[in-house]
Amino acid sequence: MLTDFLPILVLFLVAAFIAVFVIVVSSLLGPRKSTARKLAPYESGMEPIGPAITRIPVKFYVVAMLFIVFDIEVVFFFPYALVFRELGVPGLIGFGVFFLVLIAGFIYEWKKGALKWE
Amino acid sequence: MEQIQIPPVDLAVVAPLITVVGWAIVLLLVDVFFVPAGQKRITGYLGIAGLVMAGAVAAPLWGSDSSTFGGMLVLDNFALALTWIFLLIGAISMVIALDYLPRQGIEQGEFYPLIMFAVSAMMLLGQSANLIVMFLGIELLSITLYILTGFAYPRLSSEEAAMKYLLLGAFAAGFFVYGIALIYGQTGTVQLFSTAPGQESLAEYLGRQTFAAVDLTLLLVGSGLVLVAFGFKVALVPFHMWTPDVYEGAPTPVTAFMSVGTKGAALAALLRLLDMALPSLQPIWLPVLATLAAVTMLLGNLGAIAQSNVKRMLAYSSIGHAGYLLLGVMTVSERGVQGFLFYLLAYSLTNLGAFAVLIALEQRGEAAWSLDDFAGLWQRQPFLALAMAVFMLSLAGVPPTAGFVGKFYVFMAAWEGGLGWLALVGMLTSAIAAFFYLRVIARMFMQEPVRDVQPQLFRGLTLGISIAAAGTLIFGILPTLLINVVQQTALAVGR
Repeated sequence: MLTDFLPILVLFLVAAFIAVFVIVVSSLLGPRKSTARKLAPYESGMEPIGPAITRIPVKFYVVAMLFIVFDIEVVFFFPYALVFRELGVPGLIGFGVFFLVLIAGFIYEWKKGALKWE
Repeated sequence: MEQIQIPPVDLAVVAPLITVVGWAIVLLLVDVFFVPAGQKRITGYLGIAGLVMAGAVAAPLWGSDSSTFGGMLVLDNFALALTWIFLLIGAISMVIALDYLPRQGIEQGEFYPLIMFAVSAMMLLGQSANLIVMFLGIELLSITLYILTGFAYPRLSSEEAAMKYLLLGAFAAGFFVYGIALIYGQTGTVQLFSTAPGQESLAEYLGRQTFAAVDLTLLLVGSGLVLVAFGFKVALVPFHMWTPDVYEGAPTPVTAFMSVGTKGAALAALLRLLDMALPSLQPIWLPVLATLAAVTMLLGNLGAIAQSNVKRMLAYSSIGHAGYLLLGVMTVSERGVQGFLFYLLAYSLTNLGAFAVLIALEQRGEAAWSLDDFAGLWQRQPFLALAMAVFMLSLAGVPPTAGFVGKFYVFMAAWEGGLGWLALVGMLTSAIAAFFYLRVIARMFMQEPVRDVQPQLFRGLTLGISIAAAGTLIFGILPTLLINVVQQTALAVGR
């Protein structure tokens, strides 16, 4: 029955009360003396040297694209290798087309300079 | 070991599709290897040639009724008509982009193959008879559009639009997949309708059931989720929040392209799903769709009134037009299908033309589309003003333009389908819409120029605007030309 879960509800209420009580009381009673050092983003770390939100060059996306090209290729190559004979000539043609499409993507990336890391 | 059976592939069914995809892949490589930077319009010419060729490849297939890949793709007159509409949309978008890209300093050869990939995805949606293939089409279309939306790369509004579109689009895709999973969970199939005797499909499954006996909850919830995903793609209210921002931020030819193409393709797929797979559930989904259409027409057109930015106004009005298109989708009748096709073509030509006029005016960067820029356009550039007037009248649905005939067609379909009140809502909202369309015309013809902006016309742009305006007028004055064609487009069963 639902009444069996009453202790859990009480537990929830107690937990919520304690959490709110501690936060409210400490914000009311606690002393506030802020210094420049305390207000720094990292209190005992390095001095900040500039805003963290800037534009950075993202070079990983070309690597990620290459990864997809080769990853997908392999994902389909392995099962195809297993049923190579059973699929016969139509399978070979179909896979050839698939492979050509992948290769086209690879050549495009290569020509675009994806393999160069400046 | 047992020989694995590969279903025979009927290449005729996919011939236009293969033409577009193959040409796009080759074009991508040709562009990288042979087309020098700064002359990327050559790639554009080649892309347009490819689309024209695909249209020619599709021509002898008219009248066929076949399917392939185990029934996953069908070819009927409906799909072929859509194919031509999408090819036309793609070609006009490329034509109006030829001069736009270099002028904005965002000329990249990839633009044209990307448009071709998007067109192929739309064609795939028009031909799909399987939920998985539909998902494939929607994803291919969305991913290319994310890239195209962010094509004006360093411009912040374009990046913002692409980001918003990506996040919401990915969310919608999740809805779609989950919906498919639930539908499959109940019925054990993702095929919309049987293309061969004995093939399991949704239509077959529903034909076997007696509704009182079976609990269809999973199927209904799944269809609802799929509908939400379509709602996102088509920008039906209440899933339209992204539309104005994305349409405004995207490069204008891309906005033109997706405001007509995405809607057409996604609604065509929805039409096939509702009319072929779930017609027996019409009593359940009709009230839902009718409400969506009514709210979409109302909010889309009311939202447009408040806009002083014409590009944003057109974005809102395109939301409203999705509602009118939906009228043709939800009446499971031949008239509805025909009305949908007619309206789609009329709306495509008109909207592409209207955005092309915006391109001609786009010189002051992002602020170039205020109503003030249109003031006195008649004195500065009569051709543009006349063309824009034709487009505005067509969007408002005033005879003798194609928009009027299209609206007449879908309203009649709704009326005959027993949705008289919805047709009435449509007419009322058209009257509301006339206000902001005619406001543009009034500004152009009856006011002195406010800004000293000389619109620039280039050959490609002039050609695009002329084609769109001519089509809008011809199909408005002689609608029978087109009606004769769309009347042959009954949905095929693909047996």
